[in-house]
Amino acid sequence: MAHAIPTVVSGSAAPPPAQRRSRTGYILLFPGIAWLLVFFAIPLVTLFATSLQVPVPGKPGYFEPGLQFSNYATAMSEYWPQFVRSLVYAGIATALALVIAYPLAYFIAMKAGAWRSFLLVLVVAPMFASFLLRTYAWKTILADDGWITSTLNSLHLLPDHRVLNTGIAVVAGLTYNFLPFMILPLYASLSKIDPRLIEAGGDLYASPIWTFAKVTWPLSLPGVVAGTLLTFIPATGDYINAQLLGSTKDHMIGNAIQINFIQFRDYPVASALSFVLMAAILILVFSYIRKSGTEEIV
Amino acid sequence: MRWLRRNIIAIIAIAVLVYLFIPIAVVAFLSFNNPASKFNIRWNEFSLDAWTNLCGVPGVCSSFATSIGIGIIATIIATVLGAMISFALVRYRFRGRSTTNLLIFLPMATPEVVMGSSLLALFLNMRFPLGQVTVIIAHIMFIISFVVVTVKARLQGLDPRLEEAARDLYAGPRATFRYVTFPLVLPGILGAALLGFSLSFDDFIISYFNAGTLVTFPIYIWGAAQRGIPVQVNALATLVFVLALLVVLVAQFVSYRKRKSVQAH
Repeated sequence: MAHAIPTVVSGSAAPPPAQRRSRTGYILLFPGIAWLLVFFAIPLVTLFATSLQVPVPGKPGYFEPGLQFSNYATAMSEYWPQFVRSLVYAGIATALALVIAYPLAYFIAMKAGAWRSFLLVLVVAPMFASFLLRTYAWKTILADDGWITSTLNSLHLLPDHRVLNTGIAVVAGLTYNFLPFMILPLYASLSKIDPRLIEAGGDLYASPIWTFAKVTWPLSLPGVVAGTLLTFIPATGDYINAQLLGSTKDHMIGNAIQINFIQFRDYPVASALSFVLMAAILILVFSYIRKSGTEEIV
Repeated sequence: MRWLRRNIIAIIAIAVLVYLFIPIAVVAFLSFNNPASKFNIRWNEFSLDAWTNLCGVPGVCSSFATSIGIGIIATIIATVLGAMISFALVRYRFRGRSTTNLLIFLPMATPEVVMGSSLLALFLNMRFPLGQVTVIIAHIMFIISFVVVTVKARLQGLDPRLEEAARDLYAGPRATFRYVTFPLVLPGILGAALLGFSLSFDDFIISYFNAGTLVTFPIYIWGAAQRGIPVQVNALATLVFVLALLVVLVAQFVSYRKRKSVQAH
């Protein structure tokens, strides 16, 4: 109980209150960590176990513990297109979100001055409106007789002559919905850049574009990494946009997991799909973090 | 041309902000609509029916109340558990720190559909009945990490000299915590709670997997989307949006005024 000794005795030379070692630390940790263990970590194990279950003979819809690894082959052979589509849609949406978010994050971090925190509230504010309704609103915006669709049609840009119920609408919805998750980490990174570094670029006769490429962009990379992950991960697993804005041809892996779990009640196949999604994302996340050498986002 | 070049970033930034609010404007706009068909996606004529009769469609207000109740319970528990973890992480040394960090980070890096389905797998295997309890359990689980991140940032940003000063004035650890540390961290905790509540209130995917027959507000909207969302839903969502925005803006204004008056002294 070292922390109980009044530090006034040793004067101000005592270290800040940080980092005591005592039982209190464990007591503070225990309930929350136990909750995460029981309701986050253990369910992942249950998910894996369920993905290997076998049907009970003669009782359709019932399953018993087993080691049927062929469930994975069944799941993947049937649903690999949804899988690939999820990665492609989420990838495009993430790239678009990066391009859209960067100027706004840059503006708030570098030029907004006293308006900074107000603008940040505006960035987060859309999340106070229902996710489902915001997505549903795109049905109105992208309607077949709406001006966006007719403009794009008059430019002959739409292969199906419509936006709604196509992959384009799904990607548009994903890009929109996860944009704040891209803006915030970008802003966090950009606001840490010392503006004198950018001035120095100008002083050394670098053009604004050259200064951006050599100074601003590299220094904002941690935000780019964090933002792309925070956008890509939820976008890959999302099925709301595909359901509300796309047709069945645009279904993503989340749709397959949901349908198999809740409608078909084919728990082993649904669990296998879910487990593969989790594994794919974890591999992607860790290789991406390692490659870009940014450990600080954890 | 030169003006355009100099302000191009500001113009794009404003355009992106407008883009962020377009769907919300559509939702609010359609709350004053009297739709021609049961699908409220096309403007027909102005009407205040939804606003004067918010609970006029069965299920809307009851699911709304369900979501508020679940949000309050889940937020309180998750905020307490998460704040405790943050204090332990910042102020105490303990074994297993990297595992703990991983356990906090992973829920934020896991797609909702995986968390929802794996929790459902657990409840199914345990034969645990689905309903309000399972949804609250699920919400607490995914909110904790966000609370930890928010409160931890606030704790790390505290000036250690303030607590040193308290100790120099012979305040014991308990008094220091009660009169110095806790009041300073409180805005962070309240912010975390607000974030937690909005995450819980708006969650669809994890709730849908673990709700059984329980209908939360987002689950109601999901079901209604197939057969036409009542205008009342738009009105309620607009109301929630405006209230939440007001709360945050007022909180910001108050803290801004406080900072200014501290600087003035």
